[in-house]
Amino acid sequence: MNLTLLPDLLLAGMLIGLAWAVLNSDDLRRGVVLFIAFGLLLAIVWARLLAPDLALAEAAIGAGLSGALLLVALRDGSGGDQRSAKRSTLNRWLIDLFVLVMTCLIGWVLWLTIYAEPVERLAQLANAMLERSGVSNPVTAVLLNYRAYDTLLELVVVLAAVLGVLVVGRERRGYREPGPVFHGLVHWLVPLLIVTAGYLLWVGAHAPGGAFQAGATLAAAGIVLRLAGYDAAGLPDGRLLRWLLVAGTGVFLLLGLGMTVSGGGFLQYPEAWSGSLILVIEVAATASIAAALVLAYRGGRSDGWLLVDEKDKNREISS
Amino acid sequence: MTQALIYALTGAVLFMLGVRATLLRETLLPRLLALNVCGAGVFLIFVSLAYRGDSLPVDPVPHALVLTGLVVAISATALALALNRRLREMADE
Repeated sequence: MNLTLLPDLLLAGMLIGLAWAVLNSDDLRRGVVLFIAFGLLLAIVWARLLAPDLALAEAAIGAGLSGALLLVALRDGSGGDQRSAKRSTLNRWLIDLFVLVMTCLIGWVLWLTIYAEPVERLAQLANAMLERSGVSNPVTAVLLNYRAYDTLLELVVVLAAVLGVLVVGRERRGYREPGPVFHGLVHWLVPLLIVTAGYLLWVGAHAPGGAFQAGATLAAAGIVLRLAGYDAAGLPDGRLLRWLLVAGTGVFLLLGLGMTVSGGGFLQYPEAWSGSLILVIEVAATASIAAALVLAYRGGRSDGWLLVDEKDKNREISS
Repeated sequence: MTQALIYALTGAVLFMLGVRATLLRETLLPRLLALNVCGAGVFLIFVSLAYRGDSLPVDPVPHALVLTGLVVAISATALALALNRRLREMADE
């Protein structure tokens, strides 16, 4: 057997094994911790598949922030109700059979795809147009130039999700003051995370990095602050927070409309300005993504912050 | 090419493992974990198809799609967890 394939086979085997352990552990806390390990392993796989942008994002988002969100959900008590599945044996067999058949089918299609005659791909076009895109990292070029429309809509999805969190949830109770060791850690870790986020944001134009990785790193700083007993987690309150949440979508949309008015078409950057415009959009997107993720971790609106004029509504009801 | 195939098949297995757990588990949190594993499987298929050997440049388009997908996945997870928390609060009231 070809020995160079051994690391890949090992990684693939570990991924499947970890996924199995995540999905079949009866103890939810163990499942979540294994899921974090799964995310970190996946980050290594992205690096192996020459996707450093994804490796950074996965380590920060898939492993770090998802893990934090799930663990804090366990703290709320979501894990308490653990009814075991009441599927009949026949049903279980049918599900297993279905899963087996579908896996073989998907595997077969992938086999055919990978060994098919190479066709012209978007990659050639993307790399050929790179010098006109204003950035030199091809992934950033795809995200914020060629397919900026997708990224705009994705920011809308993030905004919609955080609005949902704000509507249904109230802020969780905070954490008490930590011991001196953790307090000392916070004092240098948070500035370090903020500087790292700024670096990732800036370097995204020509090397792995960008708005999503930077936003996730910034959100990590907020979560560390909250764990250290700073209940606001570095977020402003009230009106400023609202502006922060819509900044990414808003700036993106306004610039796109500005380009339309100036004759270029929606999100068709003027070539000389594209680098700067992409950076402006990325700064706003970073702020919004970070604020949204920290807010999701906090659990929703704080008690003092009224979403609509609830006082007026209550008055109407009582009268 | 063999590397791409190994990871693509792993992606397929992860996806179907996730589907299986979604069907078998009853409570929301394990199902959420299962859906996240499903997503990881899909991302893995995408990225392995973008990989064309160590010497050729990779296809950046699937990478950008997966990057977007990661952020959408965590947003959806956050929303689902918030809804779950609200449901439990309403059940307690």
